Amino acid sequence: MSTDETTQASAAQQSEASPGIIFEGVVKRFGDHTVLNELNFHVGKGERVTLIGPSGSGKTTILRLLMTLEHLTGGYIYVDGEPLTHKKENGKRVELRAKQVAQTRKRIGMVFQQFNLFPNMSVMENIIEAPIHVLGKSKEEARGRAQQLLDQVGLGDRGDAHPTQLSGGQQQRVAIARALAMDPEIILLDEVTSALDPELVGDVLNVLRDLAATTDITMLIVTHEMQFAQDVSDRVLMFDGGKIIEDAKPDVMFSNPSNERTKEFLRAVL
Amino acid sequence: MTEFFSDFSTVLPRLISEGLSATVYSFLGGAVLMLIVAVLLGVAMHQGPKWLATLARIVVEIFRGTSLIVQLFWIFYVFPQLFAVDLGSLWSAIVALGLNYGAYGAEVVRGSLNAVPKGQWETTTALSMPWLTKMRRIIWPQAWALMLPGFNNLAVMLVKGTAAVGLVLLNDITFEANQARITNGVWAAFGAALLIYLVIALIVSTLFRWMERRAQHRLGLWVKAASTTKATAEAVA
Repeated sequence: MSTDETTQASAAQQSEASPGIIFEGVVKRFGDHTVLNELNFHVGKGERVTLIGPSGSGKTTILRLLMTLEHLTGGYIYVDGEPLTHKKENGKRVELRAKQVAQTRKRIGMVFQQFNLFPNMSVMENIIEAPIHVLGKSKEEARGRAQQLLDQVGLGDRGDAHPTQLSGGQQQRVAIARALAMDPEIILLDEVTSALDPELVGDVLNVLRDLAATTDITMLIVTHEMQFAQDVSDRVLMFDGGKIIEDAKPDVMFSNPSNERTKEFLRAVL
Repeated sequence: MTEFFSDFSTVLPRLISEGLSATVYSFLGGAVLMLIVAVLLGVAMHQGPKWLATLARIVVEIFRGTSLIVQLFWIFYVFPQLFAVDLGSLWSAIVALGLNYGAYGAEVVRGSLNAVPKGQWETTTALSMPWLTKMRRIIWPQAWALMLPGFNNLAVMLVKGTAAVGLVLLNDITFEANQARITNGVWAAFGAALLIYLVIALIVSTLFRWMERRAQHRLGLWVKAASTTKATAEAVA
């Protein structure tokens, strides 16, 4: 079976279990440079999928397209059956209005490599800002939920602190709490430990392990932490040159990959 | 020397009682309008659709690229003939100063919005914040701290720019000093005028520096690096 066939077979298998995310013929170009070309894959609802591969292989672009931080050049993305940015209408590709995009986007949360906490707000304010102004929650309700999330990420007593008073690892845990405060169905984790000192990585990964174990949130993960990928993922996709070259369960991917390029990549990073 | 001091002590109170109000009103009105114009044009250039950004850019280039005094004359002399709108001396001065310095201010606003890290903008998208919430709650407080040094500069320049309002028949400090020169001599007259402009500029600049510190304080820039290091050390321990 060729790689493409493997991919399609796996995608078809996933689509049977109600797909949370579908990429259909996705194309992304930056100027003349094509990052993703006719990319197709599905992520099942509640599934944890890790994207691995060398730099520039298009992994982060996939997350950014889902978060609508990049404009989709071609193809379609569906979230829980709803088109995200473009839909098919009478055989034509039609761009959706900003309001419609925002409705679907609310189901998705993202945690960034650089944390991006708002410097003009305390930790608590960072977390309650969007629930109040986007979801229309009352201040009390938002604070209650934020406190619960801060406890969950081990920072229950740091609500009044300013982001600059926290270590990188603590800031990232606040960023995770902030994304979760929007009650997303899907969470995108973009190299969330890459900017951290090695000693601080463990705490952040433990929070995410706990999240994976206690919720049914769909997770799409880009990481270089292969042990973490192996622990939490249901499926691992190996990317190279904007294409999925291998799609396998983590135990197979990390112990017995079939693709030569995957073997070479894993030898280099493990 | 005694004569100079005697003239100076005559001129200074005269300039303050007869010229200060026109200078201060022109400055305050001009500063408020400058801020409004700067924010509207700056945000339009940075955030607006292409047609609006281009329009704002054209307005900025026109008001930045032509003489303040000619603009003042246009508003005071030409507008009444063209549109039958006579703003009078003070409002003509305020509108000309506000538009001219506002055009410079627009670049300060645009540059500051540009300098807010990309990650902050992207996070507001990831949290699905509507445009107004994003600008008002997240981007503006950060951009504001960045634009205050630029506005400080412009406000001090605006203080000095009010010296042109005598040309549209306002009795401001410069106009009064020029009158006083006849009775009290050039040294005392223009020496007193210099002193008054300097004091106003210092007050304005001190106020803006205080606002700048306050804005930075809100962004947590006052927190010493040591506390972050301490937090990291604690986390590791």
